[in-house]
Amino acid sequence: MFTFIVRRLLLAIPTLLLISLVIFLLVDFAPGSPMSEIPLTVPPDVRQKIIESLGANEPVWWRYLLWLRQFFWVEPLHLWDHLFGTAFAEGQQRIVSWQSRSPVFDVIAQRVPQTLTVVGTAYLFGVLIALPIGIWSAYRQYSWFDQLGTFISMVGYSVPTFFTGVLLIVIFAVNLHWFPSTYDTTLKVTDWASFWQQVRQMALPVTVLALFNAAEISRYTRSAMLENLGQDYVRTARAKGMSERTVLLKHVLRNSLIPVVTVIALGLPTVFGGAIITEQVFKVNGIGAALIGAIHANDLPMVQTLTFIFAVLIVLFNLIADILYGVLDPRIRYD
Amino acid sequence: MTDSAIPKPVSQSRAVWQQFRSHRGAMAGLVILGLLLAFVLVGPLIWRVDPAYINPDAAAMIKARNKPPSWASPLGTDQLGRDMLARMMAGGKVSMAVGMVAMAISILLGTFVGVLAGYFRRLDGPLMRLTDLFLALPLLPLLLVMVMLFRDTLAGILGPELGTFLLIVFAIGVTSWMQSARIVRGEVLALKEREFVLAARSIGTPPSRMILRHILPNVMSPIMVAATLGIASAIITESALSFLGLGFPPDFPTWGRLLFDGVDYLTQYPERVIWPGLAISLTVLSVNYIGDGLRDALDPRIRGR
Repeated sequence: MFTFIVRRLLLAIPTLLLISLVIFLLVDFAPGSPMSEIPLTVPPDVRQKIIESLGANEPVWWRYLLWLRQFFWVEPLHLWDHLFGTAFAEGQQRIVSWQSRSPVFDVIAQRVPQTLTVVGTAYLFGVLIALPIGIWSAYRQYSWFDQLGTFISMVGYSVPTFFTGVLLIVIFAVNLHWFPSTYDTTLKVTDWASFWQQVRQMALPVTVLALFNAAEISRYTRSAMLENLGQDYVRTARAKGMSERTVLLKHVLRNSLIPVVTVIALGLPTVFGGAIITEQVFKVNGIGAALIGAIHANDLPMVQTLTFIFAVLIVLFNLIADILYGVLDPRIRYD
Repeated sequence: MTDSAIPKPVSQSRAVWQQFRSHRGAMAGLVILGLLLAFVLVGPLIWRVDPAYINPDAAAMIKARNKPPSWASPLGTDQLGRDMLARMMAGGKVSMAVGMVAMAISILLGTFVGVLAGYFRRLDGPLMRLTDLFLALPLLPLLLVMVMLFRDTLAGILGPELGTFLLIVFAIGVTSWMQSARIVRGEVLALKEREFVLAARSIGTPPSRMILRHILPNVMSPIMVAATLGIASAIITESALSFLGLGFPPDFPTWGRLLFDGVDYLTQYPERVIWPGLAISLTVLSVNYIGDGLRDALDPRIRGR
């Protein structure tokens, strides 16, 4: 197992390097360059100075290596300095956003809490809804509950989040006035009243994302449960006279959860990607909104860094899913 | 044993159809998709209103704006006095075309990669690493970046409509072929061990004919299922791009674009969001159900039970 993890980690390094190169080159070679954004009325020498100050006049490979160094060396050093009050990264150039002229990672650190509160809560709720529905649908296959559950999960899986989001806004914010339609990022939770306000403004985005995630996970849970319910060990357990509760929740559920847990792990990074749309609908000022803003403003360092962070998350959670599979399922042996 | 005890053999396509018909969701999906297709293809022949028509007379245009549903315009008019029903039809045509073409590109690429990786052992490693690499890319952000960077240039060369269409279709196709490549590779690997392939090879069939005559026809069913589900995800991706303002230009309606335009008038005219959203959702839902039914029908282990 240990050698497997080490091997996978070592394999992840060239993958990530290649991905970062692909992202960098794609963004860089594209014809829509930020230089065209500078107004034509700017005199040529000033224009040249602007380009130099952005560091955009260096050759591509040089900027790529600089970016790699900044991402993997300078930024972690800065984090270390920030945490322990040292000064290792003093005077070293960080990745700077062209849009706000502040370090990209400062912007990300400001945005992450919003994304994590909304998206994290939604994912948690999604899993909590999906598991009981999936279990009961499989246990009572073809019952009205199962029919309804599979239909709703098919709908939740098919209806895009930008439509469910807008629909919920029309019903609950515009017509019923139960919840606010946008997310107020500046709200600080200090007492019960502001906590209640926070809950109310989170209700709609969390519902949208939780429904979408629950639809997918409940489908997986149901099919994994169905597969295990037909196994011989279930019949043996029943023949031994075990209660249905024990059979279902101890024997079948434990075995069925193995693929479901890996699916949950694999879904975690896509939640960040999917959150781009939901954040846009409810105006949540999170990472997804930061990416959209950077794309519209032609802020290349921001776009490259954010996209690469998403890629790192995907690779990381793929690895976690693989390891979890090996840990949970004794039939899987990697060595 | 008499003859009557043996069930009459039926052709494969007939057996598939019989199994497909027993899937109620798939049949409902087929009917609804048929109705939607008729709406976008036959609809414009009956409802002959130009979706881009804005009354050149400014006073008349202002009077025709934001009309509620009436006999003259069953779904009302938008903020520029354009007929919503005609725009829904035109938008649906584009959305469905994007779905089909993007699916075709993704399936062609996926099948190509999958067959090569499965058939030629030497190509297997590199091609599968490439697939893994693509699977690790954050696709929606990359799609957004691609559209943002190349849209204006392509629009300059090919015109705003064709340029954006080709860019979006190509971008979606290039970022969604991985699943079908993996499925096809697995099927090809299994097929390669079968006796008929050995027989064909023993009489000296060259690889190209081997793939085209013996391998490809036998991997058609998983490809068909992947293609059906691919249409659904391509339609969703296109409307998501349009919704984020990085899809088709404003006066070129697609369902996603109509939804995006409607969001600004959400409080006064919620129906402008609901109609396109409902159309997207129904299309995707019915296509997904058809895919489900097709998967069951094409699976010989389920068929006939």
